Parts: sequence; structure tokens; C-alpha cells
Amino acid sequence: MTETGDIKTGDRIVHKVFPPITRHTLALYCGASGDHNPIHVDIDFARAAGFPDVFAHGMLVMACLGQALTDAVPPSKLRAFATRFVAITQLGARLTCEGTVTELFAEHGERRARLALITRDERGEVKLDGSAVIAL
Amino acid sequence: MVDQSAVGRCFTPVTARVEPGRLRYFLNTLGEQNPVYRDADAARASGSAGTPVPPTYLFCLEMMDVDDPFEMFTALEVDLARVLHGEQSFVYHAPVLVGDTLTFRPCVTSVTDKKGGAMTLIGIRCEVTNQDGVHVADTARTIVVRNEVAS
Repeated sequence: MTETGDIKTGDRIVHKVFPPITRHTLALYCGASGDHNPIHVDIDFARAAGFPDVFAHGMLVMACLGQALTDAVPPSKLRAFATRFVAITQLGARLTCEGTVTELFAEHGERRARLALITRDERGEVKLDGSAVIAL
Repeated sequence: MVDQSAVGRCFTPVTARVEPGRLRYFLNTLGEQNPVYRDADAARASGSAGTPVPPTYLFCLEMMDVDDPFEMFTALEVDLARVLHGEQSFVYHAPVLVGDTLTFRPCVTSVTDKKGGAMTLIGIRCEVTNQDGVHVADTARTIVVRNEVAS
């Protein structure tokens, strides 16, 4: 856990590498998340929709980024979390999630930091581009 | 195709209980080992009054407990096979803990055509309150619909 009192702009406080995304993970996440869109688990459905194969739920990738975030910052200090889904995340992707402090500011009577967040696959392709606000 | 008449439409509110067993399944699926989500003492030491939920779990609770998770797409006549998730945000106002009962109220806030009608972006905002009426969070998502374009 990061000692948030010492944080300064430019610090990379979030960094986590995840194991490859498997079909099994997608099946489990379908049940665990309540997102039953067959496009993520049924290859016939995915192909009929014009995709070569099933692919990861965007929210599964955001959940990984969230996990990396709360490894560094306790959930009780998280004030906002947002991402843009930049590209589809394919099976087998090995995700790296990172977060860097971009701003320190005061809001609602507390000191806060804004983080720039990014998730890339093993080839460096950006999957998620996001931000978070944490209390210090 | 979805048009501006969808803006302002709200859907059936969803009530969801934050159940420990379902949360554990989510944690195991993600390989989440952080003790703050699994151990009450660790949670308290991290500043939570009870066991907290991971940052994206609100999205899951809304989908798990709705009677028809794709009600919105059916109502807007959007084909599920043509839907992608464009953006997602969460603003947290108060803690959400295991044992809470949350109510989600989703509404369409914007409809925007992109790329000459090849895509439509649907903005949906959702207010989340708990069993005491406390406004705990706001979520927002942008859904991308890949429209069939006459060639």
C-alpha cells in the first residue's frame, strides 16, 4: 500500500501485470458479473456478429485496472474511476495496468490526487485509457 | 436506429443486495487476493466500516439483479450483437459494503450519431442509493452501437 501523504506529481503508484485471459476466465466472469452477453463466451454468436472469436468483456479489463488501483489505494479512499475502452481485448492478452499521479488538489474539504490510468496488452497496445481521483 | 426520442427514458429500477458469496465468486474469478475484500480486520485497518466492494462491482450488481439485463437494448430496439462498451465511469459518494441493499436508477442521457451514422453512442447514467436512502454513487456508461450501413 502506498503512503499517500508522500505522493507527488509524476509518481507511478499503480503497476500490476495479469496472467493471460483465457476462455475459462471469460466464462467465469460472465457468471460473476451478470453480463451474459453471449458475444464473450459463445464463438458461434461472436462469428455471426462479425468477430473472429469471443473477446474479453470491457468491464473485465476495467476490473483488472480496478484491482491494480486498490492494491495501491484502499477502496475507502477512491472517489472516482473512469475509463474509455480504446480497443477490444483478445483472448490470451497479458494485461499491464499502470497509474501515474497527474495532479494534487483540494476538493470537498480533503486533499486529493488525480491519476492517469492505462492498460496495455503484451504488445503495448492500449486497451483502456482512464483516470481516478483518490483522497490522500 | 436509436434517435433523440430515447433521451430522458428511464428503465426499471434495480434493487441488489451485496451478498458475500457472489462477491467471493467475483474476487476468485479476478484472482483478487487483496485482504481488504476478504478479511474484516484488514478492511477496518484500511479505513472501511465493513467489507468494501471492488471499484467496478456496482456495474455487476446492477446487471446481476435486474430481471432482464438487456431490457434497455430491447426497449431501444438495439441488437445485442452490435453493442460495444465505449466508456464507463463511477463517482463514489459514500461507502458500499457487504450487506447493503442498493437501488439503481438508469436513464438515457444522450444519443449521438458518429461517423455519418455508422455508429450511435448512447449515454446512460445511473444513480445508486442504499437501504438508508444515502446517495452512494453515480455510474455512467457509453454504449456504442455499430449500425448497419447501406453500402
